[in-house]
Amino acid sequence: MASRTHLAAAALIAPVALLVVATFVVPLAVALHTAIANPEVRETLPATSAALAGWDGAGLPPEAAYAAVSRELADAQERQQIGPLARRLNFEQTGLRALLLKTARAHAGLAPPYRDALAALDPRWADPALWRLLKRNASATTPLYLLRSVDLTLTPAGDVARAPADEAIFLRLFGRTFEISLWVTLLCVLIAYPAAYTMARLPQRWANVALTLVLVPFWTSILVRTTAWFILLQREGPVNALLLALGVVEAPVAMIFNRFAVYVAMVHVLLPFAILPLYSVMKGIDPAYARAAASLGAPPWRRFLRVTLPLSMPGVAAAALMVFMLAVGFYITPSLVGGPDDQMVSTFIAFYTNNTINWGMSAALATLLLAATAAIVVVARYALPGVSAKGIRL
Amino acid sequence: MSGRRGARQPARFLLAATTIAILAFLVAPIVVVLPLSLSSGELLTLPVPGYSLRWYRDFFTSDQWLLATRNSFVVGIATAVVATVLGTLGALGVFLGRFRGKALLVGLLSTPMVVPVVVTAAAVYFAFALVGLNNTLTGLVLAHTVLSVPYVLITVLATLQTFDRNLLKAAATLGAPPHVAFVRVVLPSIAPGVATGALFAFATSFDELIVALFVASPAQFTLPRQMFAGLREFLSPTIAAAAVLLIGCSLVLLALNEWVRARANARTRPATASEDRA
Repeated sequence: MASRTHLAAAALIAPVALLVVATFVVPLAVALHTAIANPEVRETLPATSAALAGWDGAGLPPEAAYAAVSRELADAQERQQIGPLARRLNFEQTGLRALLLKTARAHAGLAPPYRDALAALDPRWADPALWRLLKRNASATTPLYLLRSVDLTLTPAGDVARAPADEAIFLRLFGRTFEISLWVTLLCVLIAYPAAYTMARLPQRWANVALTLVLVPFWTSILVRTTAWFILLQREGPVNALLLALGVVEAPVAMIFNRFAVYVAMVHVLLPFAILPLYSVMKGIDPAYARAAASLGAPPWRRFLRVTLPLSMPGVAAAALMVFMLAVGFYITPSLVGGPDDQMVSTFIAFYTNNTINWGMSAALATLLLAATAAIVVVARYALPGVSAKGIRL
Repeated sequence: MSGRRGARQPARFLLAATTIAILAFLVAPIVVVLPLSLSSGELLTLPVPGYSLRWYRDFFTSDQWLLATRNSFVVGIATAVVATVLGTLGALGVFLGRFRGKALLVGLLSTPMVVPVVVTAAAVYFAFALVGLNNTLTGLVLAHTVLSVPYVLITVLATLQTFDRNLLKAAATLGAPPHVAFVRVVLPSIAPGVATGALFAFATSFDELIVALFVASPAQFTLPRQMFAGLREFLSPTIAAAAVLLIGCSLVLLALNEWVRARANARTRPATASEDRA
């Protein structure tokens, strides 16, 4: 009997578990792997990799490595498969793309010994640093993408160093992402609190009207709401038209493609996520406490500070966590109404995946964003009161 | 609520005014899109030069927008069906099973809800690239399903809280096989949770943009994806018309959800209907 129940339960859970594993857990694992995977040199230059495996990294590699690299680059060029390798090594060191393409084209006209021929073609082939870089990247994994995501890099010798200033943009990017998210969270909670407080005290009929006004934006897509702000904040848009008509300003104000627009639109999009948990917690506070405080002579402000505020803290915590977690991953709103300096980590994840095809960077940034979110959830669970799936007994 | 009213009137007034302002801030941008979409002019500004339906005509005669509409409904309905079936069965399994670590299991199955969508989208894109699911509607449905199945799981689990296990024993005693007991006994009592989950799953898919941005090519563009492409190119009032149509769909979903809730409340507590919303 018991084992049959077990079996039935397992059979019922299996399909959804399978779905989550196949389309969520496995993809996350693939992404983590993509963040450290380093297939380009191994796959495009297998013989070169083999020849370099026996080389100790001191001086120049044997002639076999020179011959192999010349032949394999030409091969890859002919099969039109040199692109990923050139992109990968150019990411490692700017300028290598041109060198690889030049070498591939030159192969037909070269004669052994290739060590001299390649050195004559470009002096970089006579530099052990380039060969050490190739040897290092014959390995199946690389820490480079993750290092780059925190503004570090690898020297040709393979040591960890600080990335050059023009490539060290990611710590600032993460900083900006958290800064925007924190401000949006603070604004949302500060704005949601009085609204939820009032709504919880309204007669039911009016509370329902107010709640509907919160639920309409809650159910309206984020893109639609961002689009509304995109239209409203345009230079010739309704808000500027209104300000001009009222004589508040004399020329249209730049209200879009800047931080202001990002804050306005993000707060608007996330506000319902703050009001709803706050409302449900405040609705649950027994008015008897406030009456008791009043009967003991506490003035209204004191009643609020000593009774209502502490009792509503679980709602504040839930609202803040919800808003912050959603904000950290925001993509649509900053990318539509923000300027270049208002973009968040998500924008770069999308950029590296879809525009410049650098999956390693996009996977590394996604990994760090995931780790940061996980850390926040864990800290919040321990630090904030009452943040958990309430009301469901299992 | 009661007490010395006179002394607290200004504070109350301030609070009420603040709340009205906040609610207006929430709703105004959504409302303003309507007159803009009905403009007869080419510019999205107020006041509009005149009213016309030309941008809606533009929407309904454009192959791109019609394809996007069709894709949105196909993907949304498929997502809602798959997520609701899998989520409901899973919730039932969690409810019926007697094993340790239930909270952990539900937590794990709900992680797609807390992971930033852009991370899920990028991960799904890399994985789908290995099996050729990018640029297919199937891929889009799978990814949307994994995003929405936690909502179904949690809403159905929440409704199961009020389900009396003894009813299942009674059904078994009366000779009902499990599937009959499910359809005749369990399903009617968890129907509100299932319906809410299904509506939420559809809404999640219907509004979803980020996954679509990664895994859809123009042939799979959904309405949000098509809108995003339009915003990036040229701000045509057709986009405002599309936004109004999407808002209309959201309102229908919201109304359906409220109707489900009202019915469920009326059934469980005939005396004090519609007490705990949200």
